[in-house]
Amino acid sequence: MPDAGKRDHSNRGRLCGVRVALFVTCFNDTLFPGVGRAVVTVLERLGCTVEFPLEQTCCGQLHCNAGYGHEAAGLLGRFGRVFAGYDAVVSPSASCVAHVRERIPDAPHVYELTEFLVDRLGVEDVGASFAHRVTLHPTCHSLRLLGIGDRPARLLRAVRGIELVQLEGARECCGFGGTFAIKNADTSMAMLSDKVRHVLDTRAEVCTAADTSCLMHIGGALSRGRTGVRVMHLAEILAATE
Amino acid sequence: MSFQTAARETLADAQLRRNLGQATALIRAKRERAVAEVPDWEALRDAGEAIKAHALATLPEQLERLQAAVAAAGGVVHWARDGAEANRIVAAIAREQGTDEVIKVKSLATDEIGLNEALADVGVHAIETDLAELIVQLAGDRQSHILVPAIHRNRAEIRALFERTIAQGQSLGDEASAIAEAARLHLRAKFLSVPVAVSGANFAIAETGTIGVVESEGNGRMCLTLPRVLITVMGIEKVLPAWEDLDVFLQLLPRSSTAERMNPYTSLWTGVTPGDGPREFHLVLLDAGRTDVLADPIGRPALHCIRCSACLNVCPVYERVGGQAYESVYPGPIGAILTPQLHGLHAAPSLPWASTLCGACYQVCPVKIDIPSILVHLRERVVREEKSRLAPEALAMKGLATAFATRRRYETAQRLAQLGRGPLAKAALPGWTAMRDLPQPPRKTFRDWWKTRETPAAAPPPDAAPPPNAAATPQPAAPARDSEPAP
Repeated sequence: MPDAGKRDHSNRGRLCGVRVALFVTCFNDTLFPGVGRAVVTVLERLGCTVEFPLEQTCCGQLHCNAGYGHEAAGLLGRFGRVFAGYDAVVSPSASCVAHVRERIPDAPHVYELTEFLVDRLGVEDVGASFAHRVTLHPTCHSLRLLGIGDRPARLLRAVRGIELVQLEGARECCGFGGTFAIKNADTSMAMLSDKVRHVLDTRAEVCTAADTSCLMHIGGALSRGRTGVRVMHLAEILAATE
Repeated sequence: MSFQTAARETLADAQLRRNLGQATALIRAKRERAVAEVPDWEALRDAGEAIKAHALATLPEQLERLQAAVAAAGGVVHWARDGAEANRIVAAIAREQGTDEVIKVKSLATDEIGLNEALADVGVHAIETDLAELIVQLAGDRQSHILVPAIHRNRAEIRALFERTIAQGQSLGDEASAIAEAARLHLRAKFLSVPVAVSGANFAIAETGTIGVVESEGNGRMCLTLPRVLITVMGIEKVLPAWEDLDVFLQLLPRSSTAERMNPYTSLWTGVTPGDGPREFHLVLLDAGRTDVLADPIGRPALHCIRCSACLNVCPVYERVGGQAYESVYPGPIGAILTPQLHGLHAAPSLPWASTLCGACYQVCPVKIDIPSILVHLRERVVREEKSRLAPEALAMKGLATAFATRRRYETAQRLAQLGRGPLAKAALPGWTAMRDLPQPPRKTFRDWWKTRETPAAAPPPDAAPPPNAAATPQPAAPARDSEPAP
């Protein structure tokens, strides 16, 4: 039902009753609380009941990908216990969701935010308005591990006033890669320079993505270069009603 | 040298960056078109993976069948435990023929074991006949790509090289055809006079004893047919059980590597044929670490590789640092999982980290090698087997894991991060801020905000740990404030 998203804003009452546990991720919790608040805003606007299990900490993705699987195991176990019993766990991080899904075979229903909105709620228009020129960096893990495809773009296109512009070389990695950004800082920076150049070429005011970590990387260079272009998590645009 | 150090050097080479960027972008686009033409591409990949997995699971049996079939067809089979043993075998055969030159078909296995250098030590000059390998050899350079070893060189550089070496005193001009002609004239004389050729193998069919080499130039075909003696050095993982398996790989390989629908020169031979081609055929079966790789169930699929180089062409790291930064015959993503496994983790401990785990390699691999997962596995092995538990990184990781293990410690760590101290801050800062800004930690974490907001009834009290099954307790879903009951 490709048009379902267009209609639901007026009938969002129908969506009420979906009980959602937010897995905000340690990264957003500590450094980017605005992303978590935005997810809550969007989900509640659509009639969901959001819960935030305060026992949650970190899913262990950083450890696992850095070669510390043993340390990650305890954190994964904790994740499973904290979120057991929820029908739907929603997270604004494609890479953490991919990690949890791959490593906990009997994981609770963990959704990346755009998957939850488009697939579970059947929504594309979340009632946002954001009158800015925006470009989307489709992150590697959202594309290739989760396969969320064009869900972020579909959600963005339904935002009122937005001017969504295509990013050249969009599917190419920004060079973050967790500890890669530090261990292989030179190579990471070479990749980032190309990504930043493509972002600047779009003349966008905002670069968005479904993962805060990639955005911190891209945003760190946009800020260092005093480009005036800012980064916003997709959820923050979907929450906007300016 | 670590990958990091080698990469720092190559990243600074503007010409290399430009040459590689253009070449990989071109071949990426071509490959995508060539693959899109095949409606059952995914089924072919599945078949390729299954055939390779089966061949490796039954490797001893397949190799014995291969040996018997090659011998029955008049070939001689040699077994080499390592590179040195294989090199000795090849050198002995060449010297028996009384030649001081051999011509070579492009072969990664012989590069891996340093055959050319070993032959030079006993006074035998190995002449590379693949155009790109010739360029690398003449320049005293190192290969930078599996398929296109001179991908880091552009036309002007190659022309200048030839004018210094095989076409001295000539002006070759800017036409690619004239530059190639110089190589052709040089090589033809060798094809017609050198009595021994050395090749690798793309495939070996256990069922029939047939060896296969695929190439694009025809120079390989010259080597395989004109000399009196042919020696093939083959990694034991190249064996395929049945003739019909070629059907799958001759579709997968050309489209993945050169983006061609069909491979231009596919040479298949079985032992010796009186009156046709070489009169003597030797097959050297090379282990050189392969059985060690086989012993690791997670790392094993690295041996499925058919050397197409699609993973190099899509890799954003490879595209920027080039093949030489990997300091191995096998560069790029496949090299990052193959080199440390073949030569030992201690030989290349930084390679498993030479990737962002972006997954582009896995997506294009014609035999579906899950390179990112094997990289993570090798990282774990390096951490476990090669690194000190007291290394700063190990301590930081342990510190973070401990901090994240309970809610109280986690929230304390968040407070410290806000002050710019503690394990969270320590893990994030070094190496980052040299090149990128780091956001100031906000005054309030998300959970601070959550605890103080006016929440719908569903939120648990701030300090109570939810009882294990609290979430599972059935309760009428509390409607959100602004919702209406569904009709």
